[in-house]
Amino acid sequence: MPTVLVPGVLRTETGGASRLEVAGGGSLRAVLDELAERWPRLERRIRDESGVLRRYVNVYVDGEDCRRSGGLETPVPPGAEIQVLPSVAGGCG
Amino acid sequence: MTAFLAIGTQKGLFLATSDDDRRSWQVSPAHFPGRAIYSVAFDIRGPAPRILTGVDSSHFGPSVAVSDDLGTTWQEPDTAPLAFPPDAGAAVERVWQIAPAGPDQPGVVYAGTQPSALWRSVDGGRTYELVRGLWDHPHRPDWGAGYGGQAVHSILTHPTDPERLLVAMSTGGVYRTTDGGATWAPANQGIKAYFLPDPWPEFGQCVHKVARDGADPEHLYAQNHHGVYRSTDGGDSWQSIADTLPSDFGFPIVAHPSRGGTVWNFPLVSDGERQPVDLLCRVFRSTDAGATWSPQSEGLPGGRYYPVVLRDAMCTDNAATAGVYFGTRSGEVFASRDEGESWSTVAAHLPDVLCVRAVQV
Repeated sequence: MPTVLVPGVLRTETGGASRLEVAGGGSLRAVLDELAERWPRLERRIRDESGVLRRYVNVYVDGEDCRRSGGLETPVPPGAEIQVLPSVAGGCG
Repeated sequence: MTAFLAIGTQKGLFLATSDDDRRSWQVSPAHFPGRAIYSVAFDIRGPAPRILTGVDSSHFGPSVAVSDDLGTTWQEPDTAPLAFPPDAGAAVERVWQIAPAGPDQPGVVYAGTQPSALWRSVDGGRTYELVRGLWDHPHRPDWGAGYGGQAVHSILTHPTDPERLLVAMSTGGVYRTTDGGATWAPANQGIKAYFLPDPWPEFGQCVHKVARDGADPEHLYAQNHHGVYRSTDGGDSWQSIADTLPSDFGFPIVAHPSRGGTVWNFPLVSDGERQPVDLLCRVFRSTDAGATWSPQSEGLPGGRYYPVVLRDAMCTDNAATAGVYFGTRSGEVFASRDEGESWSTVAAHLPDVLCVRAVQV
């Protein structure tokens, strides 16, 4: 099963869990849709309500930035690791 | 009586309390550290004051949090408290305003967002639904953005008629409804839009803030992007009240909570020179509905003063002798317990102050 790695700053939204096992469904979109069902507080930090990945959130599938590998249609094979990380370009000066 | 002052900043929400009739204040550490607080409100219709705040993470988006224990704990719904329906083709970027309705509408809270939209909650401000009548207005494609973004930032409920609402947005101007939000019409007659080819358009003005008079609900005040105005007919028409101000540019305008004709603002030089007039830290007050204005600066910093006061960073409280409060982009917060006659410093060295709200309970 694919695993979602949750950054420390978002673990308040998962009851403290750092790794979430998901059924997957073959694509990053399916993984995020599953998060929306099972951990909605987490998913709404990653995507806005129109389904777009938030500008300053980066998602890597097996180490590849999804924005360079198909976006939400990036394939997620069984056993993949999906890492969610806040972008260094975000934050506030 | 305890006075509460909520200070929303670029990097967190600070809550100040005073138990000695607003002479001294104790300021909390930051709630929501690192997150921008563009809106905060006290709801005192229930048995205990509720604090509602728009919390904005640059990474993880906007939300609204609610506290019923003065900030000891905060609640947010699992799903987004404000979310555009799929057919709207938009996403909430920021919550600019939270406005509890009157005591005759318990549980009703309005919110204004970027992009420009009005929202209505019937569960005390936990979750909100889009007010479609304004979102579907045929003018919406022509509403623009100011430097701060495109947002509904002013929401005035009516004290005796829950069907009547007034909102203001930058840009777009003032809009009103008399049927609870189903239909809306612009109300900008007399407000100038110097930045447009036709400076007197039906809509498109960059109204920075609107306040309702404390005694007469048909009397309104507006600080515009150049221009300070009064309406004596509920917004049907507007007249300039800037003649005796040192400048007609600025962001906030606030009214006395109960005495008619008393209003404060913080003039800046101009659009292109956003700093206090004469580089003096001064609030201006009128007690005759804007016919004349006088500076108030006793107790405020002397010498050259550069910081500005943003649109929601000035407020009054609900006391008979009104407290007046403002915060600056340099992270200073000042309070007056005598309607601006004298001032004291509540806090300094905070992040940029985005909004303040105060209440006595």
